[in-house]
Amino acid sequence: MSITRGRRGILGAAGVLGFLVLVEALGRLGVIDPEVLPLVSTVLVTTVEIAFEGAFLAQVGDTLLACVIGLAIAIATAVPAGLLLGTVPVVERSVRPLVEFLRPIPSVSLIPLAMFLFTESTDAKIALIVYTCAWPLLINTMYGLSDVDPLAKQTLRSFGFRGLSVVLRVSLPSAAPFIATGIRIALSVTLIVAVSVELIAGGGGGIGNFLSLASSANRIDRMLAGTIWAGLIGLAANALFMAGERRLFHWHQGSTS
Amino acid sequence: MIIRRLARYWLIPVAVAAWELVTRRLEDVPYFPPPSTIMVRLYEMWFSGPLSRVFLTDEAIADLLPSLGRLMVGWAMAAAAGVALGVALGRSRWLAGLAEPLIHFGRSVPPSTLLPVFLLLFKIGTPMQLASIVYGVVWPVLINAADGARFVDKQYVETGEVFRVSRTQRLFRIILPAAAPKIFAGLRLSVSLALIMMVVSELVGSSEGIGHRMLEAQSDFDIPAMWAGIVLLGLLGILLNAVFVGVERVLLGWHRASRTVAR
Repeated sequence: MSITRGRRGILGAAGVLGFLVLVEALGRLGVIDPEVLPLVSTVLVTTVEIAFEGAFLAQVGDTLLACVIGLAIAIATAVPAGLLLGTVPVVERSVRPLVEFLRPIPSVSLIPLAMFLFTESTDAKIALIVYTCAWPLLINTMYGLSDVDPLAKQTLRSFGFRGLSVVLRVSLPSAAPFIATGIRIALSVTLIVAVSVELIAGGGGGIGNFLSLASSANRIDRMLAGTIWAGLIGLAANALFMAGERRLFHWHQGSTS
Repeated sequence: MIIRRLARYWLIPVAVAAWELVTRRLEDVPYFPPPSTIMVRLYEMWFSGPLSRVFLTDEAIADLLPSLGRLMVGWAMAAAAGVALGVALGRSRWLAGLAEPLIHFGRSVPPSTLLPVFLLLFKIGTPMQLASIVYGVVWPVLINAADGARFVDKQYVETGEVFRVSRTQRLFRIILPAAAPKIFAGLRLSVSLALIMMVVSELVGSSEGIGHRMLEAQSDFDIPAMWAGIVLLGLLGILLNAVFVGVERVLLGWHRASRTVAR
């Protein structure tokens, strides 16, 4: 590694700055019509401004709350289901084709159906987040269980542990890093689904609602500012989760690499 | 052999039959029509056309073809841009350093938040959908291509240099093939993403396409037609994935062969 961490940081900052200056210059020189796409400086000012708007913060809170609830329900249902499927081979063999069949259905195609089933669009949003997050969680849990060291299981059995206690003491801990990967994948799609539902179903608040409002006022700068915050939130959520993962599962990384 | 393979799938017909029986028995489950009703609607709506048009109805031509066309074109554009940019970033440390934070940010932006922006910039129609698909799909391709191009075995590149292989030839003969397995991993992820972006972009801003048809069915309370859309999109997802795996197997056969010999 010839490029050190510090130099990478400087290069990266230069890249961001260069990009911003370039787009700003294109706008000022009239290559990109500022009437169509607002200047970078305008967008950045708006980005800072909306961070102090109570209404915007409330919308962001709505979206994040739905994401957290949806993800929590998905973890509470898909992980036990994955444990069951992963530990009982007969069930796994029968259910896996069904899973492979249902998984390719794009979750967003269920939005019109969800709008029928749930009168409250917040519920529809949460339901779709649960549906979308359940698949990577289920598949990763099953995959993690197929990776459990058989020797560890046999050791525990020979000490007289049976059934569920083997699952909880050996299988679950050794599948945990895989489950965490599933959660990270799920985390990255929650925002996409939440905003999609908010845009299409409407009336449920959230970032999507903020974007719709800005759109009807023809304020592209506000829309881009909202998008920037959504990106930053996604970035922060991923970074936080990865840091937590590294702390919790340093034993796993140590044993594999 | 075949029978045993098919037997693995026994739960699917059982589940469909159970759904059929339960919904026929209960009768007051308006949002879950029996599978037979859905399939009939699917057939009537899209696949009961004349033989001369491969059984496609007028509606199928109006709904399915634009959707599929945008899916393919958008995916191809994103794939080309992603591979070109990714390989450039993978081969140049300097460039990769400059672009890294921008790329991390770009891929963290939920593509659905940009839908209304694209809608304002491009108005309703194909360019808006293409922009959404390209933005949603380009990241996994770009990141995987950059990864693949970065970790090309030094010996290959040095051998090329020793034999004075020209820069373009080195790119096409050494770097791209060596990065191909990674690139394909990214492309595979991007196929299902492209389908998702196609549907969302049609739900948000379109006057034709499968997504638009589903929204119409929803507002007309034509529940079987809505389900027909879901079933069709699910089948499309399975089909696209299968086609992709097939193409990958043919194109990357040499890669797997070389790995097994080495072992």
